[in-house]
Amino acid sequence: MGAEHQITAGFMPLFDSAVLVAAGELGFAAREGIDLILHRETSWANIRDRIAIGHFDLAHMLGPMPLACNLGLTPLASETIVPFSLGLGGNCVTVSNAVWESMAAHGAVSDLDPARAGAALGAFIRERAAAGREPLRFAVVHPHSGHNYELRYWLAACGVDPDLEIEIVIVPPPFMTDALAAGRIDGYCVGEPWNSAAVAAGTGHIVTVKALLWRNSPEKVIGARKAWAQEQPDALAALLRALHHSARWCQDAANRGELAALMAQPGFLGQKAAIEMPILTGHLQLGGGAQRTVEDFFLPFGKAANFPWKSHSLWFYTQMVRWGHVAHTPENLAIARDCYRPDLYRSALKPLGVALPGANAKVEGALKVATPVGSAGASLVLGPDGFFDGQIFDPDEIDAYIASQSHP
Amino acid sequence: MIRTSLAVLVIDENRIRASIIEAGLREAGHERVTVVHDVSGIARRIAEIEPDVIVIDLENPNRDMLENMFQLSRAVKRPIAMFVDRSDQASIEAAVDAGVSAYVVDGLRQERVKPILDMAVSRFNAFSRMARELEEARSELESRKVIDRAKGILMKSRGLTEEAAYTLLRKTAMNQNRKISDIAQSLVTAAGLLGPAEDE
Repeated sequence: MGAEHQITAGFMPLFDSAVLVAAGELGFAAREGIDLILHRETSWANIRDRIAIGHFDLAHMLGPMPLACNLGLTPLASETIVPFSLGLGGNCVTVSNAVWESMAAHGAVSDLDPARAGAALGAFIRERAAAGREPLRFAVVHPHSGHNYELRYWLAACGVDPDLEIEIVIVPPPFMTDALAAGRIDGYCVGEPWNSAAVAAGTGHIVTVKALLWRNSPEKVIGARKAWAQEQPDALAALLRALHHSARWCQDAANRGELAALMAQPGFLGQKAAIEMPILTGHLQLGGGAQRTVEDFFLPFGKAANFPWKSHSLWFYTQMVRWGHVAHTPENLAIARDCYRPDLYRSALKPLGVALPGANAKVEGALKVATPVGSAGASLVLGPDGFFDGQIFDPDEIDAYIASQSHP
Repeated sequence: MIRTSLAVLVIDENRIRASIIEAGLREAGHERVTVVHDVSGIARRIAEIEPDVIVIDLENPNRDMLENMFQLSRAVKRPIAMFVDRSDQASIEAAVDAGVSAYVVDGLRQERVKPILDMAVSRFNAFSRMARELEEARSELESRKVIDRAKGILMKSRGLTEEAAYTLLRKTAMNQNRKISDIAQSLVTAAGLLGPAEDE
């Protein structure tokens, strides 16, 4: 007996850990000769630090977090690489019922349209400021998170300065719903099921979703300790194949019930399976009886969801620069460029004969309709991938993009 | 020796553990120790206390929030919250194993912080040992109860004396190379399945 490789991995209780969890629990890892030991963690800081000191070989991580590690923004110096993306989309912006009522008074309707919702929120924020009231307080899960950057991107594009006109605080995902209900925060951006949970509890209203802010945008990733990846290339490649099979299984609509039941277990999310279904179906209850179905709300596998595009890490980098998290220098840019590792993904999956993109980066926001692209092995369809404000991010024009994106 | 005392903030939802760590810090000569159990309103407390060091348990899900706040509260000087010295992997590992992490303001010298962290780690270990011993004592008590019930079942169903019942349990355990409490548990379970309300 005995597995060929033993891999220790951390994860946070969020639905987008599903591909990693299913790989361990449903035998995909075992089939690749891997004994995958999963540890549920209580904070992203723990995940980050335990990778850094070698307790974990790899983990479910926030997309920008490995960049933050490599750019020296974290307490422990450690090189973390991203050889696999765990999915696209999956987050929402949820506000308290009181804020939603005020937004509705300024023209917001329950249709998830980011431009309309953002304009209404902006009008309400200015009304509050004029009345001398405290700024609204929004929560995200971590400073170096897709949530922080997409909330800021959305507000800035709608003419709200997230540094000056609102307050942004950090709250752990499972506490968001309670913090909103208790009035400690007015809104938040978080992954599922912590938005649907607030709607189910009758305490929150979903105003927009990640998939509409930037369609097919990057979210969680596999972050791996670089030293481990270099020492154990076979283990990493085997794991990437296991994750590939797991992701394919997770995306299959026929497996939704089984996947929701797996994630509902107390050791994973500990939430009712019904609360998890919106992320799988894209059929969201928004609050107050309103509902919407969002295409490509969360993709664990489809549209090349697992490919670690360098343009994704570079976009995160531009936002880190934009909000003062890091200085834009040639050295930092090079670090950001080297963090995501499509080469490792490609070499691990090549033997499977699956569709692999020909390029390592793409122009984000350029695909208005689903587009087949040149790829090795089989056909691959990408996009559409537009930003809601019509902007385009060309990774070859980083300087111009950063220059165009100062505070509003 | 401590030249000027450092402001230490201990954040631990576990009151007993926090008080053990606090006592240790005071014994070690740290006068300015603040213990916080509940993180609500922590931003104001951090601003008031202006801690040089924060010691927080790793199991606290609010670690991300605290880390961010600590950085923001020192934003004027743009400090970096640090775990412990970057080069000292072993002490980091010990701290993490013990479930303690410390945030230290950049510029504070490592040799001044290390004793605090070491103390927190050793106190944490002492607490874990205490908790483990308590757990062992509890399970000891549990197994004694199970053995008593098993003895009762044997005395009733086979007309044995208490001593004979215990001898039979011990012999069976030895023959099967198992613990007496395991044998007793099997017997109690079996009796529960077979008999109508078999009680002691």
